[in-house]
Amino acid sequence: MPETMLKVKDLHAWYGESHVLHGMDFEVPKGEIVTLLGRNGAGKTTTLRCIIGLLKKREGSITFKGEEMIGQSANVIARSGIAFCPEERGIFSSLSVLENLLLPPKVAEGGMSLERIYELFPILKERGKSQGTKLSGGEQQMLAIARILRSGARLLLLDEPTEGLAPVIVQQIGDIIGSLRDEGFTILLVEQNFRFAERMGDRHFVVEHGQVIDRFERSEVEANREKIAGYLGV
Amino acid sequence: MMDLLGIPVPVLMGQLLIGLINGAFYAVLSLGLALIFGLLNIVNFAHGALYMVGAFVAFLLLDILGIGYWPALVLSPIIVGIFGMLIERFMLRRIADLDHLYGLLLTFGLALLLEGLFRQVYGVAGETYAIPESLQGGYNLGFMFLPAYRAWVLAASIVVCAATWYLIEMTRLGATMRAAVENADLVRAFGVNVPLLVTLTYGLGVGLAAFAGVLAAPIYSVNPLMGSNIIIVVFAIVVIGGLGSIKGAIISGFLLGLCEGLTRVFYAEASNIIIFVVMAIVLIVRPAGLFGKAA
Repeated sequence: MPETMLKVKDLHAWYGESHVLHGMDFEVPKGEIVTLLGRNGAGKTTTLRCIIGLLKKREGSITFKGEEMIGQSANVIARSGIAFCPEERGIFSSLSVLENLLLPPKVAEGGMSLERIYELFPILKERGKSQGTKLSGGEQQMLAIARILRSGARLLLLDEPTEGLAPVIVQQIGDIIGSLRDEGFTILLVEQNFRFAERMGDRHFVVEHGQVIDRFERSEVEANREKIAGYLGV
Repeated sequence: MMDLLGIPVPVLMGQLLIGLINGAFYAVLSLGLALIFGLLNIVNFAHGALYMVGAFVAFLLLDILGIGYWPALVLSPIIVGIFGMLIERFMLRRIADLDHLYGLLLTFGLALLLEGLFRQVYGVAGETYAIPESLQGGYNLGFMFLPAYRAWVLAASIVVCAATWYLIEMTRLGATMRAAVENADLVRAFGVNVPLLVTLTYGLGVGLAAFAGVLAAPIYSVNPLMGSNIIIVVFAIVVIGGLGSIKGAIISGFLLGLCEGLTRVFYAEASNIIIFVVMAIVLIVRPAGLFGKAA
């Protein structure tokens, strides 16, 4: 088994008074795509927000490359090499496509060059001067992924990158995420779309009520298809 | 003597020039307010007081240290800017998560405190600050006399407004600031130290106020109340331009200065209220302001 890049242990989190994560446990090996599966409100997005440091009220342990991150603020965590692509995509309307793309600062050497990004996402080159939010939903999703590749971060947190997109776009995004793994990125993917998650993920963690209730390797998915469908209510 | 609409041209031009000069101050002040409102989401009631402090710092630099106008034009905004950053770091940041009303109350209290302090020491009569030698005299334009200092004030404010606009709209730093206005959390999650950016923005905003204060010192007397006299009008202008809009603050600053000047020519009695009348009309017709985005 490759070295562990991210390890989450007994993670608890609160929105105000309400206790939403009840001891999340999982780990993300280097170079793999790991998915968090589960129904709406299970705590998947909250888990990502805890890892990147946007949710302040959290306890337990989040180690990234062996370093404890639980008490750090978001900008410090991001600087250590974690990049976040939020569910709502977070494209800035007062910025052009190019400005959106160039926004995240470099946090490490070895980020993707603009040329390589334009190879993966030709549309972004064409639309560089457009207002960020004038892009279509699929293009905005591509921009949201593209802009975190420049920073040099090697762990990508992707929150539902396929939500609300047409099948052909989902296919394209899947190809892109696959080629990112081939380039050595480690990816933690939150998904409700199990067919997409199944195609992408090397291992899957099922989340319910703020806890990991089951886990499957890629090879185990086929044998447990019904069980997983039961968990996800599909 | 030439007449235009029954008004002698030199009178008309003279009032337009005064209007434009006032507009220059309005523009620089409302620009700072707009910057601060955008990123900190507070209405900075201390803005007028810090403008006054800017003028006083120039006065004190000259009075105590013999430092003249030109160095003061740079030093005073820096000093007041640092003072502003301390205010942000140690006071405003503590209440950043609370209702915006607290920010308003805190800065209003600071304004009263600063004004009271200077009033206690210098009274309300005001101190005079001489026009620098190189800008004394003026130019005869044929139809009117243009004092050199007023021409300088106009040019300097246009340059400062344009430079600030360029910084916000055309640079990487400006893009980061605009992004932080929209979604500060996400910008932090990209690794940007947003709290530091907020501190610097407040420093820049109040530095602009101090710059306006130094420009104003030789025209108006350096007076503890100079800030509270102008700030209410500036608030109206920020509302007219659209809260938080940089372009709106600059353009409406100059336009409303002109508008005030014109009113003084045609119906002088209304010149003190014309800006508020415009504000009322704009609020009815376009509540988000001339350049604001509807919420």
